[in-house]
Amino acid sequence: MKLYCLSGHPTLPCNVLKFKSTTIMLDCGLDMTSTLNFLPLPLVQSPRLSNLPGWSLKDGNAFLDKELKECSGHVFVDSVPEFCLPETELIDLSTVDVILISNYHCMMALPYITEHTGFTGTVYATEPTVQIGRLLMEELVNFIERVPKAQSASLWKNKDIQRLLPSPLKDAVEVSTWRTCYTMQEVNSALSKIQLVGYSQKIELFGAVQVTPLSSGYALGSSNWIIQSHYEKVSYVSGSSLLTTHPQLTVRNGGNVLVPCYPSGVIYDLLECLYQYIDSAGLSSVPLYFISPVANSSLEFSQIFAEWLCHNKQSKVYLPEPPFPHAELIQTNKLKHYPSIHGDFSNDFRQPCVVFTGHPSLRFGDVVHFMELWGKSSLNTVIFTEPDFSYLEALAPYQPLAMKCIYCPIDTRLNFIQVSKLLKEVQPLHVVCPEQYTQPPPAQSHRMDLMIDCQPPAMSYRRAEVLALPFKRRYEKIEIMPELADSLVPMEIKPGISLATVSAVLHTKDNKHLLQPPPRPAQPTSGKKRKRVSDEVPDCKVLKPLLSGSIPVEQFVQTLEKHGFSDIKVEDTAKGHIVLLQEAETLIQIEEDSTHIICDNDEMLRVRLRDLVLKFLQKF
Amino acid sequence: MPEIRVTPLGAGQDVGRSCILVSIAGKNVMLDCGMHMGFNDDRRFPDFSYITQNGRLTDFLDCVIISHFHLDHCGALPYFSEMVGYDGPIYMTHPTQAICPILLEDYRKIAVDKKGEANFFTSQMIKDCMKKVVAVHLHQTVQVDDELEIKAYYAGHVLGAAMFQIKVGSESVVYTGDYNMTPDRHLGAAWIDKCRPNLLITESTYATTIRDSKRCRERDFLKKVHETVERGGKVLIPVFALGRAQELCILLETFWERMNLKVPIYFSTGLTEKANHYYKLFIPWTNQKIRKTFVQRNMFEFKHIKAFDRAFADNPGPMVVFATPGMLHAGQSLQIFRKWAGNEKNMVIMPGYCVQGTVGHKILSGQRKLEMEGRQVLEVKMQVEYMSFSAHADAKGIMQLVGQAEPESVLLVHGEAKKMEFLKQKIEQELRVSCYMPANGETVTLPTSLSIPVGISLGLLKREMAQGLLPEAKKPRLLHGTLIMKDSNFRLVSSEQALKELGLAEHQLRFTCRVHLHDTRKEQETALRVYSHLKSILKDHCVQHLPDGSVTVESILIQAAAPSEDPGTKVLLVSWTYQDEELGSFLTSLLKKGLPQAPS
Repeated sequence: MKLYCLSGHPTLPCNVLKFKSTTIMLDCGLDMTSTLNFLPLPLVQSPRLSNLPGWSLKDGNAFLDKELKECSGHVFVDSVPEFCLPETELIDLSTVDVILISNYHCMMALPYITEHTGFTGTVYATEPTVQIGRLLMEELVNFIERVPKAQSASLWKNKDIQRLLPSPLKDAVEVSTWRTCYTMQEVNSALSKIQLVGYSQKIELFGAVQVTPLSSGYALGSSNWIIQSHYEKVSYVSGSSLLTTHPQLTVRNGGNVLVPCYPSGVIYDLLECLYQYIDSAGLSSVPLYFISPVANSSLEFSQIFAEWLCHNKQSKVYLPEPPFPHAELIQTNKLKHYPSIHGDFSNDFRQPCVVFTGHPSLRFGDVVHFMELWGKSSLNTVIFTEPDFSYLEALAPYQPLAMKCIYCPIDTRLNFIQVSKLLKEVQPLHVVCPEQYTQPPPAQSHRMDLMIDCQPPAMSYRRAEVLALPFKRRYEKIEIMPELADSLVPMEIKPGISLATVSAVLHTKDNKHLLQPPPRPAQPTSGKKRKRVSDEVPDCKVLKPLLSGSIPVEQFVQTLEKHGFSDIKVEDTAKGHIVLLQEAETLIQIEEDSTHIICDNDEMLRVRLRDLVLKFLQKF
Repeated sequence: MPEIRVTPLGAGQDVGRSCILVSIAGKNVMLDCGMHMGFNDDRRFPDFSYITQNGRLTDFLDCVIISHFHLDHCGALPYFSEMVGYDGPIYMTHPTQAICPILLEDYRKIAVDKKGEANFFTSQMIKDCMKKVVAVHLHQTVQVDDELEIKAYYAGHVLGAAMFQIKVGSESVVYTGDYNMTPDRHLGAAWIDKCRPNLLITESTYATTIRDSKRCRERDFLKKVHETVERGGKVLIPVFALGRAQELCILLETFWERMNLKVPIYFSTGLTEKANHYYKLFIPWTNQKIRKTFVQRNMFEFKHIKAFDRAFADNPGPMVVFATPGMLHAGQSLQIFRKWAGNEKNMVIMPGYCVQGTVGHKILSGQRKLEMEGRQVLEVKMQVEYMSFSAHADAKGIMQLVGQAEPESVLLVHGEAKKMEFLKQKIEQELRVSCYMPANGETVTLPTSLSIPVGISLGLLKREMAQGLLPEAKKPRLLHGTLIMKDSNFRLVSSEQALKELGLAEHQLRFTCRVHLHDTRKEQETALRVYSHLKSILKDHCVQHLPDGSVTVESILIQAAAPSEDPGTKVLLVSWTYQDEELGSFLTSLLKKGLPQAPS
């Protein structure tokens, strides 16, 4: 069993597991932190951004000033933002049989894999994952496509030039493989390869492996995957949550509040919290805006996946009421949603207000507009809730900034204490995790609690690494047909342990193995005489059973006598005995672990002796 | 011999009070727990004394499965669990769990409040009963206990309807509940994979019907409704609150919109609005089209269809009213029917199956004078139309499903005996699958053959499979191994491994035969002649001439020796182990015949 690690981002994984004869990709996360190196894409021409000075080398060489711009000491690439794809060189991705998706954040690289690697397999995901994943992709494509950028920078990617650049550009990995966003056509094609699955649905892969998604509680429709054969079991735990209540979030009054977010996920919870807060704080006149090309779909979709929600919310549907209170917010006009800042929004826009919009990287989407608009006033606040991006890096191209920043990551995923507890309960034989989790975070090196601690120690992986997982498969399931089972003769060897020798025909189809009774020996073709001696040559590949036991000489001699042998002489030797049948010129050497019959070429005699010997031995 | 036993307590050669007991590998499962619309006495519920005479329900049953929310499939549930007494798990899908208690409460109200029945289950009992429900997802494999697992498949029919696979080890039964094999305006078609169950228990409501195309029926329906309202008549469509109602509402809504009609359409009972709401929230259970378009327009938000008020029935002028229940056996639909029956301008359209004994069944069978309560006679002058919109599979659909699942045998329930007989023959002849149709209380026993799963050591399996891949392996090969049985752990390993694991030494049995040959040449030359002779005959075997002068065939050793007393005779010592028995024996008899004359 081998694990190929294709992503370096611990929460946006992409791994390939080779297990038995199958190749399974676990998640398909897209590392979008690479976009932080790019300048934001403004929706409306931004004089500030377009007037940033070009960057020049220390020696004054300014040949890169078209591609690189400087802002408050940071250097940014002025180009269409690019993403860091999962590793594609480590393993031939066209050999991947299936891709298992655990939640909608971990499928964003799917079009790159399914459309450009020769992939011909199937993707498995739950229905909410697919629907919401589609919304996230649609939003991403829309954000990037609606602000076409004439320039595409590539000069800086040259290895010799990249060396000269300041951090973090200098240290960015594999920039040559960075790609611009996929198209909607590729998204649709990728999503058409997904097969929907339900929680606890057992899916057979080629009869060799069974995979099952289990609810992970992290996001709507999110799952952990169990990959098992009859004797081995791999649990893939990705983004799980034990959280049942949501952290209360305080939203401050005065000025505007900007919440950069994905169009689905935490936003539902934020809306629910705000819904309760606004009423109690008497702020019901403050409008909430949700701006995303997929805002409408996202809000609608969230209401129809009742079966995938926690119990509390499920019971609402039975009343029947919409499971999320944002339905009421929309009905009472407190929450309004728009596809973009253009169109109706500009007419309805009232301040102060709370705006939810993407993209959380602050590099593209409507959020760029609000950052430019509100950044200069200290009355306004931006609240970061998505933990995927470092908020300081996200804000870098907007410096200097007067706006208040609150970093309040809402990460409902398991924390290290919960993971330790989980591992204690599950008692896995081996644990594999991203290397980031096996040591304390670099910024808090004393926090020994912020790492995964288990026995035996977890094996860690990093991008572009191949792990050979140290366990050996030893057994496989096989079915014994009832007719064959009936013919077996069990024999008790030790108390509680019985044995039966099995001679059977092995049938293997679709990786399922079946033992059938051996065919009846073919009737000898009578009448016709065989012409060639070679036809009579027995098939030596028919294995005879092994023998075990020992032969007690006295009893053996008695048996011989009973069967009409006379003139028997027994001699003792160093290791055993020799039984002599003088008349037949036959000699039988009997030792603890061997018997040797030496005789003339008298087949009848030999067979008689053989059968008498076998009476004392057990066959295996 | 293991066997599967099936006993219908209801729905055996009948439609109504579906309730089927299945015993599979020592597990007992009850499929559905319905009431009978045609009876108002004890016969309306299944006869649970069949089980209780031998002990408590909870002890006997491992679980109860409800296929969908129709009362003939779940109507007896509170009586069963709260009054007879069952505390085990009850499985159903999420939409069924949501809608079932509402219909039960409705049913209770009619029985107790309207008909004044005593000793009926109470609202509290419905609530308590629903607490025992465990909701399942489609295709989710639910482990009822360590051995028994169940899995739901989409059945169409009504919102949340499911077929269930019940599986213990390698034995399985599929129960279809009610299902529909053609997608309609709001639901998809039933689907099941090739799960090859030992037994498929299927409904057979339309066992003999092969329905014409849906399009025709729909056109017919719209034409009739349109004509009636055009001439100022009133149209009554008795429906059940959920299911066909939504289908026909969508149909009329789009027609009204297209034709720009102004005649009012009403939907009786406050249930409907709620009902439509369920459809909105359970969009993933509906069909592809609705799922795709719901963001733009939710198909269950109707513009033309309004809530009905009892007073509207007396309004003059045309109107269309959907009223519950669907078989005209009680409630609002019956009230409206009584009001409108006398006018020949009016029309009642029965869109679904009616159980014997109901008013619906009577008027469909042509009765025009109905005896009502209090010896009143109601003359039916209004037009009566029947249009099969119920989402049951027809004969073709049933055959199709049997073909999909590929069961070893089929058992028919939920249909009339005569029609079942026809379908039974059809299945046995066309699909060559044995088919049963037990009456209520009659038990069908099916023997099953069980293969035994054991673990085979990978080394042994791989060795065998590798040899199976060799080109000459045309004949089936024999695998030889030892089955070690320890407690309930069965493992098949190679003989060597078995010996090793048990700490036993191998006992080697060896034979050495002396074959006398007349040969005056030297031993070495004799050996060489033996070599070339064997080499020419045993083409498929490894024959070697070793430097020490001996010859080997596979692992059989042949040595030539010269006995001192007779120089004209040579002795060949052929030595082999028990494992090479056949070949050794063959070689000695071959050599005994002598060597061919060497070319001089």
